[in-house]
Parts: sequence; C-alpha cells; structure tokens
Amino acid sequence: MNTGLRTCLVAMVTAVLTISCGGQQDRGSEVLVSAAASLTDAFVAIEEAFERANPEIEVVLNFGGSASLREQILAGAPADVFASANLANMDVIVQAGLTVADAQVFATNSLAVAVPPGNPGAVAGLADFARPELLLGVCADGVPCGVFAREALARTGVEPSFDTNEPDVRSLLTKVEAGELDAGIVYVTDIAAGEGRVEGLAIPPPINVVASYPIAVLSDGEGRAAGGAFVEYVLSADGRAILDQYGFGAP
Amino acid sequence: MRVASSARSRRRPPLLLVILAGIGLALFVMPLIGLLFKAPWRDLPELLSGPTVADALRLSLLTSIAATGVAAIIGVPIAWLLARVEFPFRSVVRALVLLPLVLPPVVGGAALLFALGRRGVVGEPLNQATGLVLPFSTWGVVVAVTFVAMPFLIITVEGALRNLDTRYEGAAASLGAGQWTVLRRVTFPMIAPSLVAGLLLTWARALGEFGATITFAGNLQGRTQTLPLAVFVAMESDRDTAIALSLVMVAISLTVLIVLRDRWWGAS
Repeated sequence: MNTGLRTCLVAMVTAVLTISCGGQQDRGSEVLVSAAASLTDAFVAIEEAFERANPEIEVVLNFGGSASLREQILAGAPADVFASANLANMDVIVQAGLTVADAQVFATNSLAVAVPPGNPGAVAGLADFARPELLLGVCADGVPCGVFAREALARTGVEPSFDTNEPDVRSLLTKVEAGELDAGIVYVTDIAAGEGRVEGLAIPPPINVVASYPIAVLSDGEGRAAGGAFVEYVLSADGRAILDQYGFGAP
Repeated sequence: MRVASSARSRRRPPLLLVILAGIGLALFVMPLIGLLFKAPWRDLPELLSGPTVADALRLSLLTSIAATGVAAIIGVPIAWLLARVEFPFRSVVRALVLLPLVLPPVVGGAALLFALGRRGVVGEPLNQATGLVLPFSTWGVVVAVTFVAMPFLIITVEGALRNLDTRYEGAAASLGAGQWTVLRRVTFPMIAPSLVAGLLLTWARALGEFGATITFAGNLQGRTQTLPLAVFVAMESDRDTAIALSLVMVAISLTVLIVLRDRWWGAS
C-alpha cells in the first residue's frame, strides 16, 4: 500500500516536471492556432503537411466557436494565429489592434441541405422547410450557420416550420445522421466530412450564402515568426489543395 | 431534545472546521456574486418581459413538476424493491438505476435518442404502433429530465427505507393490517421527510437539466426550450438576457428550496 502510494507520487511529480520542462524547450518553435470548429478536419490535415515541411515548428491547434475564440483572444489567451468562420469576429480582433497585419480571406464555405441516407422525407430543397409534417432542424439564431441559414430562407420567401434550433452545426448533423430529423441546413463542408452518413442537396448560388474565412497572425503571441509561416502555408497552393479536398471554396 | 440542542449552541465550534466550511461556502457564494455584479439591473424588467422568457419559464415549471410526478410514481417502487426485496443481480440493478448520476447528461440524451428516437431501437416500433414521436416534443423533455433526475429520489428513499425500524411495520401487520395498509399508514408516514427531500432534490435537478434535454428533445421555443436551454442559446448572442434568465432560475430555486426545507425538512 505504502509503496503503491510512493510510486504514484513519484509518477505524478515526474509528469508535472515533464510537462513544465517540455513547455520550456518547445516554446521558441511552437505556434498556437485558434481556429473555427468548422475548420477541424481541414486544419488537422494542414497541420500534418505543414509539420512535415517544417519539422522544427510544432503546431498546436485550438478549435472552438469563432465567437468564443474571439472572446478568449480579447481576454489575453495565448494564441499566435486566429482563423475565424466569419468576418465579423475577425474585425473585432483587427480593430482591437491585436493582429500583425490585416486579415486575409483564405477560404469560403456555403450552405447545403443535409438529409438522412435515402432521404425518407423526400426533401428536394429549401422550399420543403415549410412542410409542417417533416421534422426540420437549423442552427440557433446567433450561431453563424443559423444566421446564414435564415438569410438563405428569407431569400426564397419560405416561411420555415422548424422543430429544433441546435446550438451548433455538429449537433444538428448528428440528429440528421440518426434519421431523427428529415432535413437540416448545414455547411457544404459538413456533408463532405459526413462520409455518406448524410446526403447533401445543393442550394443554388443566388439563394445560397457564401461565408468567408479570414486568417491573421496575432501580435501578442510569442510565436509570431512561426505563425507567419503557418499562415503563408495555409494561403499557399499546398494549403489550397488540402482545403479543396475538404470542400472549402477559394476566396 | 431541547437540552441537547442548547448544549450544542453553548459550546464553541472548532475554529479549523469553521475556516474550512467558510472556504467551502465561498465556492458556492462566489459565482452568485459574479452573477449579481454582471446583472443588467436597469434593463432587467425589459429583458424578462419578452415572450421567450415567459415560454421558457412556463415550460421549465411544467416539465420539472411533471418529471417529479413521474419519478414519484415509478421511482418510489424501485426504491422499495431495492431496499426490501432480495432478488438476483440486485447490485447490478442498483448500479443501472444510479448510472444517470455519473453519466454526462449529453451521453444520456444521445442514448435516449438511439433508444427512443423515431429511428430508435424501441422508438421505431413504438412510432409505427402508436404514431408517437418523443424527440422534439414536450414529452421528450419530460423523459430526458426524468432520466437524469429520478436517481436522486431513488437513492434518498432507498436509504430511508433501509434505516427504518421494520418492527413498526411488523407490529402493524401482526395487528391485522394488510400490505397496502402498512405501506400507506406506517411506512410512508415514517419516511415522509426523506420522501419530500428526495422529491425536492429531483425537482431541483429537473429544473436545471440541460445536456440530456437539448440532445434528446432539441431546442424550440414554447415546445422544448426550457430555461437552461434559453440561457445557453442567449449566452452566445445576448449575454444580458442570459444573465437575467440565470437570475430568474436562481431566484426560483432558492425560494423553493428555502421555503420547502423550512416547512418539511426542518420540522422533522
């Protein structure tokens, strides 16, 4: 019992020492990237490719809703790069003087209607969001995907009959995948990431909304040089190819 | 009883205990102070007069009271069986019943969706037989909230039944009282304080339930959007409304807990 306790204590102390020493050693070549949750799959792939090309730089990704990432950065959380899912959140950071230079748009995204495999509700497009007998979902108003979806519906003149306002696009997608919702309005990239668990119906361009993703190096971060290199990579042809693969459009 | 309590108040409590308790209490009080400081007092009436707030309040009271009622009807029998009847795998059954206490509510909500959803293992045949669809309905909220809150009732009532001196029930039975009469006239009156405490805890947990509700029942104003869901959605876009709604929740919960506690618990 006593030896067990001692071993445990030694292990804990070792763990703490490893964490603190590791942090110090890597500090110079580390770049902390705060990115919108919808970029998760694409940025994980970009991280891998970037680290292969720049083995001396260690990328750490921090994903979250663009608005909450914005609040974190304003509150002084350490970050070297910010990639937002909409322009409004980036504008706040730029106007606060927290970026090295102006933000650059590196990708675009648009909306699509997600339906369960086989499309049991026989949904054809946004017009079907007026059918009260279907179970229909959308992101909550205030979440970017919810704002865009309502904008697109307003353009069609459809009076929607929603059954749920989901807190984020992932939980909306889960309910469509499970077949509990007959349709939901999500991003084109979510359908690409769904790998056949949902089917996507295109929304034509004049009605569809284009979301712009800006990226910028932050001036308060310690890894500014490495941050610049990461942003350059995202904007490069290699970065573009990866973003294409995950369904993000060119700016 | 009176002598004991006056002796208790005359002796001074150990300082260390008071300090530790003070630190513990601060943990509960500090967030409340934070909320009170950030509260937009001047705009409060306007923020709270919208239809969203009224709908969420009505729905929260309705579903939490319904869930407490359902828990009383189906939870108390579980507690009685666990406390009084020897049956195989009793400890497994007890663990299953208490699982919602440790399970993240979001996981519970997802599990309910896979079981009772329109395409769920149980939900699909149920839907074909009766046309009933639980997710995205007010009944779905009651199911999710009952799932999360009922263990509080079971654990409290089972503990009370175990501590009850069975000789009273034995005496009543030997005097010719039937099983139901013993339950009604002896057992329940004797565990009444615990029963009320359990119901109160269940109701309080039901009122604050968030994760299982939003995962299983979704979020629609007037149908499934309870107060905690309204707070969460408002937090993303309109922080003042979120804080105002939180104050309403704190006020309701504290009032009920203080008033009912004094009346039922304190008296015993």
